Amino acid sequence: MIKAILIFNNHGKPRLIRFYQYFAEDMQQQIIRETFHLVSKRDDNVCNFLEGGSLIGGSDYKLIYRHYATLYFVFCVDSSESELGILDLIQVFVETLDKCFENVCELDLIFHMDKVHYILQEVVMGGMVLETNMNEIVAQVEVQNRMEKSEVSVQCQPVAELISG
Amino acid sequence: MPAPIRLRELIRTIRTARTQAEEREMIQKECAAIRSSFREEDNTYRCRNVAKLLYMHMLGYPAHFGQLECLKLIASQKFTDKRIGYLGAMLLLDERQDVHLLMTNCIKNDLNHSTQYVQGLALCTLGCMGSSEMCRDLAGEVEKLLKTSNSYLRKKAALCAVHVIRKVPELMEMFLPATKNLLSEKNHGVLHTSVVLLTEMCERSPDMLAHFRKLVPQLVRILKNLIMSGYSPEHDVSGISDPFLQVRILRLLRILGKSDDDSSEAMNDILAQVATNTETSKNVGNAILYETVLTIMDIKSESGLRVLAINILGRFLLNNDKNIRYVALTSLLKTVQTDHNAVQRHRSTIVDCLKDLDVSIKRRAMELSFALVNGNNIRGMMKELLYFLDSCDPEFKADCASGVFLAAEKYAPSKRWHIDTIMRVLTTAGSYVRDDSVPNLIQLITNSVEMHAYTVQRLYKALLDDISQQPLVQVASWCIGEYGDLLVSGQCEEEEPIQVTEDEVLDVLEGLLVSNLSTPVTRGYALTAIMKLSTRFSSVNRIKKVVSIYGSSIDVELQQRAVEYNALFKKYDHMRPALLERMPIMEKTATNGPTEIVQTNGETEPSVVEAKHPPPVTQPANQANDLLDLLGGNDVVPVIQTTMPTKPASAGGELLDLLGDLSLSGAPAPAPAPSVPTSQPSFLLDGLSSQPLFNDIAAAGIPPMTAYSKNGLKIDFTFERANPNPNIAVITIHASNSTEADMTDFVFQAAVPKTFQLQLLSPSSNVVPALNQGTVTQVIRVLNLQKQQLRMRIKLTYTHKGSPVQDLAEVNNFPPQSWQ
Repeated sequence: MIKAILIFNNHGKPRLIRFYQYFAEDMQQQIIRETFHLVSKRDDNVCNFLEGGSLIGGSDYKLIYRHYATLYFVFCVDSSESELGILDLIQVFVETLDKCFENVCELDLIFHMDKVHYILQEVVMGGMVLETNMNEIVAQVEVQNRMEKSEVSVQCQPVAELISG
Repeated sequence: MPAPIRLRELIRTIRTARTQAEEREMIQKECAAIRSSFREEDNTYRCRNVAKLLYMHMLGYPAHFGQLECLKLIASQKFTDKRIGYLGAMLLLDERQDVHLLMTNCIKNDLNHSTQYVQGLALCTLGCMGSSEMCRDLAGEVEKLLKTSNSYLRKKAALCAVHVIRKVPELMEMFLPATKNLLSEKNHGVLHTSVVLLTEMCERSPDMLAHFRKLVPQLVRILKNLIMSGYSPEHDVSGISDPFLQVRILRLLRILGKSDDDSSEAMNDILAQVATNTETSKNVGNAILYETVLTIMDIKSESGLRVLAINILGRFLLNNDKNIRYVALTSLLKTVQTDHNAVQRHRSTIVDCLKDLDVSIKRRAMELSFALVNGNNIRGMMKELLYFLDSCDPEFKADCASGVFLAAEKYAPSKRWHIDTIMRVLTTAGSYVRDDSVPNLIQLITNSVEMHAYTVQRLYKALLDDISQQPLVQVASWCIGEYGDLLVSGQCEEEEPIQVTEDEVLDVLEGLLVSNLSTPVTRGYALTAIMKLSTRFSSVNRIKKVVSIYGSSIDVELQQRAVEYNALFKKYDHMRPALLERMPIMEKTATNGPTEIVQTNGETEPSVVEAKHPPPVTQPANQANDLLDLLGGNDVVPVIQTTMPTKPASAGGELLDLLGDLSLSGAPAPAPAPSVPTSQPSFLLDGLSSQPLFNDIAAAGIPPMTAYSKNGLKIDFTFERANPNPNIAVITIHASNSTEADMTDFVFQAAVPKTFQLQLLSPSSNVVPALNQGTVTQVIRVLNLQKQQLRMRIKLTYTHKGSPVQDLAEVNNFPPQSWQ
């Protein structure tokens, strides 16, 4: 089971936070800080697995992360997930984002936080892997986006600016 | 009221903030605007406001006032509203808030919505944060959706079912019928989530596990199709067909095949196929291989397959990719217990990993290396591990040191090597060594008798270099205290002896006492060591001075020790040599009574002095108390002697004096003696004088014997076995006097070899009447744990016709039955 998915940049600013287990708000922020601290210390040529910090942890939990340009993608998982499999999953997720946003960069994640959440929802649900087929995910997200857009267009023009983006 | 700003406006604004305070100000302003907008119950802008709220929540600002708004959004008819509403519910709500229950009805309606994406949203939310009540209410809907032909919904329903089962395990049965044809799906997404569902059910219930074993052939077939199917563009990841599904199926197979021969048999072929055919150039291939290896090791696979698996792991170890090396080391650690020999083959690669830069890999390599150490490779492995200890990070040092000690203890090829290894650890990682290793090391050093001189010399030299590492200092000061005489006499055989004077040694120890680096515990060790040297060195005056200085130390522990040692010098100087004797060999087992007491005596010498019992007598007294507890008597006088061949004569003499004092009138002797009751209650005497105490116990037919017969005094031994403990032989002596004069002040004393314990009860009287008119009886209890031949030395003192008589004799003619 995936306990949390965190995306933050090289300075530790959160870009996407998703916890699949309940943590109080201040605890969540503490976990983000601690995870950033652990992950940013790592050299680029060491392995991508870390024992979790004390806050998010128990001994069963690991942090599996990947560093893409200015962003860290960190998945906190327990022993029921395959470590190498999660690495592949992160790759699939990033490639999906790439397809949805056309050459995704950090700004896309900043300004479209909700959209990133919707994409993530099609990949991981309740801490478990839902779908790994990129095309499938992208197709489903597109349909839903179109539904949103169509809802707006039936209303009058000014309302078209209602939706964030 | 102007329209609330859009999300991206807000984000843009916040990004312009240059300080945390500025950002906080902007957010507070926006929060106020959002709050008033909520109050106006504005439907059009609600979704925008909630989106902004979620953004601020991510940055760490409170957003709980938006919870109800999320619920309103969920109840809306618009897809846009529902989408952001459900997201908000998942991020802001959880089952701890009562508000969440209000969602139940909405979710129920949405689960039956005409649009599949709305149904999808509802399933997602329920599967993420549904509480047990909600799950109970809505399980039926989920189950219905599990049977739908819509693959989009089916896969979500499967994961939602997993969540329901986790929250309400009793509902697992409900989903069983729906699982019947889950695996015949073509859609990979559904297949994947179905396997997850099946895995969850099998892990939770052994019955389900047994039930689903019949699916093994089907799973094998699916896996086979995936491997053989050739290129399929939809599921291809780097040239491999749906690796995620393969990994999932392998994991399920692992669970199904564990401890089941038939299932394992059915899987053997496909596992071999996967293991040999999978491409290893990319990470996906390795992920599949890794899962295959884990499965092979867990089920009852044939040995050829297991060797194949370990070889794959060995290849992983040589891979350039760190992640692969990491997982290989982790798996090898799991399998090293069961397939030890196969893993040994890769030992050199594993040892190389100790030098890796990556911390996680180093840790695993270290654990694995310790697991691989055995009698054959101990020297080589220890070299590598000690080198690792020198250069590793502090976080490893404690574990590594403990591991080295354990391995050295188990497999040390020679005592010298063992001591050298310990020295090396103490000097390189001395401050990281665990506290409990200090007594273990002391015990080890004590037991390597022939190495004492060498050990103390090396420790002394180490102390000269560095006194900051406390465990090293403690062990060293203890050794110097014990073996200081060997140190100054320059007796070392193993290496070049160094020339050390007594003053130099005392300088070092005094230096420890005053140094800021020494902890209170270390100071205690140093003071005791100095004290011990008072019997081994000649410069007693210097030691006396040091000890008296510390009598006014602020540290209570030091003060107490110093005061007691002072007392030892002043009032009990005759006892000092006995007290500060060389420690005998310590046994580690707790069951061995006497030696356990010796050990505690050694380490708490001050308390021994405090109790004013010389150790040789105290420990037998403790044993006697044990025996007494066993037999329930508590008014008898314990009178023990254990002869230790190396004991100096003076101590023995004191003991006899003590015993002499005791058995007479019971007046307290000037020398400290165990306080004993002096008057015997009459019932005991009656008991003793009539018959031996344990008359009712079967005599076991041991013939009596004459132990001594000289000058008219005859002493016979009769035997019984004490029933509660067959190891105890109860001997009653009968002393008779055939001369014409009484023998008065008669004292009978006995001593036995060290392997026995002896207890002498009080005699019936101390006058042996003349002309065999009566006998003096006394009961001896002998504990013979090791079933060795009983021997006894007896000493008799009495006054006959006015003059004192004393005699010693050996009794060797015990009948075999008495000690077998």
